[in-house]
Amino acid sequence: METHVVVNVAIAASVAGLVIGVALLRRSRHTREQLGGIGRRRPVATLALALYFAVAVLDSISWRDGAGAAEPRSIVDRWFPADFAERSYSAPLADVEFYGGAPLAHPGAHWLGTDILGRDVLHLALGGARVALLIGGLTSLLAIPLAILLGVVAGWFGGRIDDTVFFLLSTLASIPSLLLLVALVMVLGTGAVQVCIALAVTSWVSFCRVSRAETLKLRELDYVQAARALGASHARILWRHVVPNLMHLVVITFVLTFSQLVLSEAILSWLGVGIDGSWGQMIDQARDELARDPVIGWNLGAASVALFGLILAVNRVGDAVRDVLDPRTLRELQ
Amino acid sequence: MSDLLAVEGLVTTFPGRAPETRIPVVDRVDLRVARGEALALVGESGCGKSMTALSILSLVPKPGRVEAGSVRLAGAELRGLPATALRRIRGARIAMIFQEPATSLNPVQRVGAQVMEAIALHERVSGAEARRRALALFEAVGIPDPEARLRAYPHQLSGGLKQRVMISIALAGRPELLIADEPTTALDVTVQAQILALLRALAADTGVAILLITHDLGVVNEIADRVAVMYAGRVVEEGPRASVLGAPRHPYTQGLLRSMPSRARPGERLAEIPGAVPAADAWPPGCRFAPRCAIAMDVCRVREPEATPLAADAAARCHALVTP
Amino acid sequence: MIAYLLRRLVWGAVTILGVLLFLFWLFVLYAQPEDVARRALGEKAPPEAIAQWLVNHGYDRPAVWNPEAPLDTRLFDHLSRMLRFDFGASDADDAPIAARLRSGIGPTLGVTLPLFAIGLPLSLALALGVAFFRDTYIDRLGVVVCVLAMSVSILLYILGGQFLLGKLLRWFPISGFDPDPGLALRFLALPVFVGVLAGLGSDVRFFRTVFLEETGRDYVRTARAKGAGDARVMLRHVLPNAMIPVLSAVSLTIPFLFTGSLLLESFFGIPGLGSITVEAIQNNDFATLRVMVYLGALLFIAVQVATDVAYTWVDPRVRLE
Ligand SMILES: Nc1ncnc2c1ncn2[C@@H]1O[C@H](COP(=O)(O)OP(=O)(O)OP(=O)(O)O)[C@@H](O)[C@H]1O
Ligand SMILES: [Mg+2]
Repeated sequence: METHVVVNVAIAASVAGLVIGVALLRRSRHTREQLGGIGRRRPVATLALALYFAVAVLDSISWRDGAGAAEPRSIVDRWFPADFAERSYSAPLADVEFYGGAPLAHPGAHWLGTDILGRDVLHLALGGARVALLIGGLTSLLAIPLAILLGVVAGWFGGRIDDTVFFLLSTLASIPSLLLLVALVMVLGTGAVQVCIALAVTSWVSFCRVSRAETLKLRELDYVQAARALGASHARILWRHVVPNLMHLVVITFVLTFSQLVLSEAILSWLGVGIDGSWGQMIDQARDELARDPVIGWNLGAASVALFGLILAVNRVGDAVRDVLDPRTLRELQ
Repeated sequence: MSDLLAVEGLVTTFPGRAPETRIPVVDRVDLRVARGEALALVGESGCGKSMTALSILSLVPKPGRVEAGSVRLAGAELRGLPATALRRIRGARIAMIFQEPATSLNPVQRVGAQVMEAIALHERVSGAEARRRALALFEAVGIPDPEARLRAYPHQLSGGLKQRVMISIALAGRPELLIADEPTTALDVTVQAQILALLRALAADTGVAILLITHDLGVVNEIADRVAVMYAGRVVEEGPRASVLGAPRHPYTQGLLRSMPSRARPGERLAEIPGAVPAADAWPPGCRFAPRCAIAMDVCRVREPEATPLAADAAARCHALVTP
Repeated sequence: MIAYLLRRLVWGAVTILGVLLFLFWLFVLYAQPEDVARRALGEKAPPEAIAQWLVNHGYDRPAVWNPEAPLDTRLFDHLSRMLRFDFGASDADDAPIAARLRSGIGPTLGVTLPLFAIGLPLSLALALGVAFFRDTYIDRLGVVVCVLAMSVSILLYILGGQFLLGKLLRWFPISGFDPDPGLALRFLALPVFVGVLAGLGSDVRFFRTVFLEETGRDYVRTARAKGAGDARVMLRHVLPNAMIPVLSAVSLTIPFLFTGSLLLESFFGIPGLGSITVEAIQNNDFATLRVMVYLGALLFIAVQVATDVAYTWVDPRVRLE
């Protein structure tokens, strides 16, 4: 199957996962209006996050123009002219190449300049949002459902099942996460899906731990006990009463994990095993560019600002989400 | 006789739900405690008793704040004092013990060290001297095997012993006034009686005045010389114990007394006050007790009653006393 | 107490076994030995060379079950050698791994010990200061700065530090290392500085939360009612109590002392364990990487057990239970 089709499907699945998550959340005791309060508490960060999300989604929907076109192009790609490349570096808004001074194909049109291969930096930076969304979305899609399932089942049934899950948890948790991540990527091989799988393996532990601990608590609550006494099946109680009531903790954990995921990918890129097109890769290239004379900074600058903006927005919104949804429990659980 | 503690028009507020609003949880409270006297401050849970006590010591937790009023100790104003001056009063002239002995002691410090700290904070004493004093305090508050207990950590002591440690911490600075915020609520009934007896004996021995906060009228009967009844942030009735408990004039005090199990006659249903204390942001206009009051009149729902002086140094805040 | 420690020790042993089994699955069962060989020898290596490489590295034996000689399996080999710290030779250049690790420990500790010794007290002190000024502009400003600082990728700290302090200001050599202590100091200063700076934001914020949580507790109110001042309350009451959560947070970062900061070391050219790991990644050296992961986990587990012992010392409540 072609990559752009896979990506389209992955994005659709991520968005669907988001919708399901929100639907589960609305069934919980914690009301919807609390979530609405986040936008009011952190208007700028929420707006910024929405923008990143929009760019990422727009850049994920791509198609081929007729059979003759070589590459499928996304909506964001279509904001730029078709052959929007130079031969090598050009400074922002420059009319000539940075080295040598040969005239550019698109003089004054590259707002943020071009990189060593002549690609437009603004275009590249926008494309990084898609990779970030892929990292967050695909990883969560892989990690969260399984983590909740194992955590809830372990917490609910206890005994051998719980012992097994707990053993798994403490085993994975005891491997320093960067080393585990690197080892996984090495063995699985590089590529977007492989990196996301590796990130999922390192990040599912916290989701599973939270679900398990909260299930242990919920199990003792009156209404859950009542449902048991009324003869509801295990599956029904778990789905109707337990899972919805721990979703808010999962959401908080997700928001707090997301920035870690994106930052980890940047480190992987730096180590040469990241995802193509990520901001981490752009920063990695800047290692050489800072050593040049004169220094080339726009590539690094664009990637850094884009990465910093996203992480900052996520951190700010994450704080608000935690305050609104749950001021205390999470710290007790961890 | 001049008062040891005189609180006038004390207002303490917390931020309301709407931004920029503040809600009084203690509202224009007046209290007087004479030297050597025991005043009981009584009221249902949430009516502002603890906040009144903390306001006296300027210990109201943030975001709460004392908004208005005066707190005078032996005639000297405490409000607005700089932090260092306040520190010299806390523990040395006014000491306080709290409702939860279990959490009120530092869990990672030996209790002996906590008592010695209270001594050393206000007097220059040698370590040996502080230790000797702490030992004497432990003996005075009836801690068995005090020598060994000095080295104990709080979690190794029972609730009653912890409260005795708290009392010895409070007495360490030889205060003139002891504020005891529900000192027995968290304890077993038998231990409650012992702690009350201890407080009574200490008051008799040292002449310390006591501001005792409680919602238990039985406790009031045991210790208090005078009683102040609080409802929804306000003092609604005040007077000598005999008159407030014997001939209560405010319908709320009457209701409180009727709902006491020990007062009920055998076979009779225990009376209760209908409804519940409204939250601080939902206080009705007029008399705050009116919605729950059996004898409420129209005026009660509109205008708040003034304090009406009654016989023998007593007062109550009820329209029914003026316009029967 | 003894029973408690024994329980923790058993937990540690079981977890180590779990880690070893996981590594066996990952590096021996999941990763195809032929792939490993091909990565080591190059894509176009002749089949005989690959077969020989597999024999040399012991990859030709049965993985889990050998009917003839039950102990002659790769699983048994893996477990026994890892437990005896007999790490064998690198997949990439056949050099003994253990010797290489020994040479890397010094430089790694040269970076991480000062990093730890400066970073931890510094962030604790800053957090204590910020918590001291809670609900004032200083506190709010402190939190904002922390969030900003922790939103910056460590890569940017490294690049920025090196560019600014090394290249523009020329305060420090840009990268490199010299085992001579006098010279080493010059080379280590920049990575340590950058490492401390990069960790400050999230550490200060976390410790501040811990301190604030403690300042809300009842025993703090008691201390104030005794007449203790703010500074005394913070240092004598809040700090010792906060050490309990701080200890568990710090224990999580100790393994990093030895595995080294991959990024700092590789970027600043310090030949420590972190650089060895990065080289292993670049050379597809699975054997070395497996050892590094194992040692990291081993250390983590050891520190967890040690922390449980330390708890009994910081927290009297644990002592007798
Ligand atoms: N931190 C706070 N923030 C907001 N409101 C508070 C806070 N602390 C106390 N209050 C409010 O102040 C009011 C008075 O509380 P206070 O603790 O003085 O009651 P109390 O009479 O001592 O009750 P109790 O018998 O339960 O101890 C309560 O209605 C409570 O809602
Ligand atoms: Mg109270």
